[in-house]
Amino acid sequence: MLRLVFSRLVSLAVTLVFVSLAIFLILEVLPGDPAAIMLGTAAREDTLAALRQELGLDQPALLRYLQWIGGILQGDLGTSITYKMPVSTLVAERMNVTFPLSLLAILISTALALPLGVAAAARRDGPVDRAVLVFSQLGVAVPNFWIGLLFILFFSTWLGWFPAGGFPGWSNGVGPALQALLLPAVALALPQAAVLTRVTRSATLEVIGADFVRTARAKGVDRGATLRRHVVPNALIPVTTILGLQLSFFFGGAILVENVFNLPGLGRLAYQALNQRDLVVIKDIVLIFSGLVIVVNFLVDIGYAILDPRLRSRS
Amino acid sequence: MTKRLLTAALLLSVSALPAFAAKTSLVVGMPIEPPGLDPTIAAPVAIREVTWANLYEGLVRIDRAGKVQPLLAKSWEVAPDGLTYTFRLQEGVKFHDGSAFDSADVKFAFDRARDPKSTNAQKQIFAPIASIETPDPATVVIKLKETSGNFLYYLGWGDAVIVAPETAASNAANPVGTGPFKFKSWTRGDRVELAKNPDYWQKDKVKLESVTFRFISDAQAQVAALKAGDVDAFPNLGAPELFAEFQKDARFKAVAGNTEGETVAGLNSAKKPFDDVRVRRALMHAVDRKALIEGAYSGFGQPIGSFFSPNNPAFVDTTNVIPYDVEKAKALLKEAGYGNGLSITIKSPQMAYASRSAELLSAMMAEVGVDLKIIPTEFPAKWIEEVFKNKDYDVTIVSHTEPLDIDIFARDSYYFNYKNEKFKALVAEAAKTTDEKARFAKYAEAQRILAEDVPALFLFQLPKLGVWNAKVQGLWENSPIPSNDVTEVSWSE
Repeated sequence: MLRLVFSRLVSLAVTLVFVSLAIFLILEVLPGDPAAIMLGTAAREDTLAALRQELGLDQPALLRYLQWIGGILQGDLGTSITYKMPVSTLVAERMNVTFPLSLLAILISTALALPLGVAAAARRDGPVDRAVLVFSQLGVAVPNFWIGLLFILFFSTWLGWFPAGGFPGWSNGVGPALQALLLPAVALALPQAAVLTRVTRSATLEVIGADFVRTARAKGVDRGATLRRHVVPNALIPVTTILGLQLSFFFGGAILVENVFNLPGLGRLAYQALNQRDLVVIKDIVLIFSGLVIVVNFLVDIGYAILDPRLRSRS
Repeated sequence: MTKRLLTAALLLSVSALPAFAAKTSLVVGMPIEPPGLDPTIAAPVAIREVTWANLYEGLVRIDRAGKVQPLLAKSWEVAPDGLTYTFRLQEGVKFHDGSAFDSADVKFAFDRARDPKSTNAQKQIFAPIASIETPDPATVVIKLKETSGNFLYYLGWGDAVIVAPETAASNAANPVGTGPFKFKSWTRGDRVELAKNPDYWQKDKVKLESVTFRFISDAQAQVAALKAGDVDAFPNLGAPELFAEFQKDARFKAVAGNTEGETVAGLNSAKKPFDDVRVRRALMHAVDRKALIEGAYSGFGQPIGSFFSPNNPAFVDTTNVIPYDVEKAKALLKEAGYGNGLSITIKSPQMAYASRSAELLSAMMAEVGVDLKIIPTEFPAKWIEEVFKNKDYDVTIVSHTEPLDIDIFARDSYYFNYKNEKFKALVAEAAKTTDEKARFAKYAEAQRILAEDVPALFLFQLPKLGVWNAKVQGLWENSPIPSNDVTEVSWSE
């Protein structure tokens, strides 16, 4: 087990280095001069040069890369070009929105998908199964930002039950904050729930057809108990894999959904920073997103080992 | 007993309230969040829309009619040679951090702006300055190298506000000025909150206790926020197609005014066929400005024939110089050797006004046998790189929002690639002319030259579609300078 953790940690570190290089190189070739964007179309050449120098953009690329990575290793994410404040503070503020939003979406998605998937598999081709298939087909086909727009039209503009966007902040109470996050979380969760439902259903079906399940039933274990004790725990392994992979979709989806709902989260910060070519902020956020995905996958790998004793001994 | 207590409580609570208390807080909606709150180090309009005249003040200010008025300088004298400006400062003015404002701050602010390392987006404002002297705390003497007709006017801009040496470096995140409102908080991505400055030197003018700027980029969300009462005013509504709805609604005041944004389709004059003035004129003849405004901005926005804002007192109407005339356009194209058609491209940013205008232009050009293909170009980053810096384009479209910026057509390396020595000399002369009448005459002449030469297709002045609660008074109808000045805003009742 320790050896498994160690080897996974090494590959995690190597991946992070490659990701950081890729981010840096992509931003190098991306057109757009942050200085020209800040100073507008009337600025003179000497003013632009002064700002480029102030931002350190006149230094060689390798040096800038090393400064960036060096800073991160010391816990310094740098200073935003546009906001003129530490990126760590900005990210921390925005995490207050994106983290609860993603968490809420994951909870909703899992809470929908697991029971639906298992129920569909338990009575294959029954009415529940058919309904679940239709739901999951729709959920996969419809993009989350469009669901978001429909939600705003229906629940906010029409019924007036929810705010049409924006975030009151946690300081104004948990209730209003959760109310502002609920619609976007559902919009974010539905497409992922659809995928997860399908995976749960097929994983469950596969296990139901296995020999040991038939043996258990033959021994006289009733249907429900077989499902609970033998089928679901075994079906959870592929489901965990997908859930881990989906986390990256939750973060990616947050960019769209936060923009539709005007939420001040990390996703919108990334979008704004990209528009303004706030290179410092973009680099950090993309690295944080990738880092989170990599770490989650690491945890999923470890999670397997715990769920499946065979993986533990094999390593 | 309970009853009596209740009555007493009721009486108490009633008497505690002043009769018909007017609201003293205002929520202003803006489409774009400012990147930082220091107008002296970056260009974006959104910075000025939060800070100018609210947080920071200059020696002078621009009023809602576009005229120069005293502010931190209560008066000034200009020497007969036009080279020495003596400003008498307001006394007893304090910065928000409690420190006193005096002539040393003025010297500091202007020296900082004209320093070689300065990143002031409008450095040319300070270019004519030869020296700044401070004979006493209430007097500033500025000597110029050459006369400057617009010097005082420029000092009213956001780029020339007075900042203190102790706080200037951190103003972007924690602004400190002398204005009627103090910075309270900034929830990035969502809102900036300001509170009344209790020590303001013109305290009696200020009615509001607090002002919140909320940033809502989506046009539909802006309308929803106004209707729900989440936002009291949207001075620049992003949804022209929904503006008429507010005009009919008695709960709101909806005013269509002018901004300083000239929307023009720049032509690359260094490139064939745009180096031929006949082609440029032909393209201008092909444009039906009224139809374009109808389609691109629901009919709001004033047609322009040159590059000058109707807000400016020196404006002349030049829309008739090259009017909409399809036959003339065809004839001119034939004369220039393009009788069999012409195939060109337009790099169009994603902003609704730009992409819609590009589509309409494309349809209008087709009428005169010109095939105008649209190339979507991300603004600002890609547009600045390709069009503005590399000048790699045929036609493009964008609104230029700086006030009094006709001189961009006189710059050698500007993206229009337009070269007209006569125009250049005229604009330089106008800038030096201190006599107002003479200066205005020169600007009028310059406007006519552009109208005839068509270095860009002059389309329309970007309108300012303001919507606010009908009880809110004192907001500006036009914006002769990018701002949301709330100094004298109040609620009726």
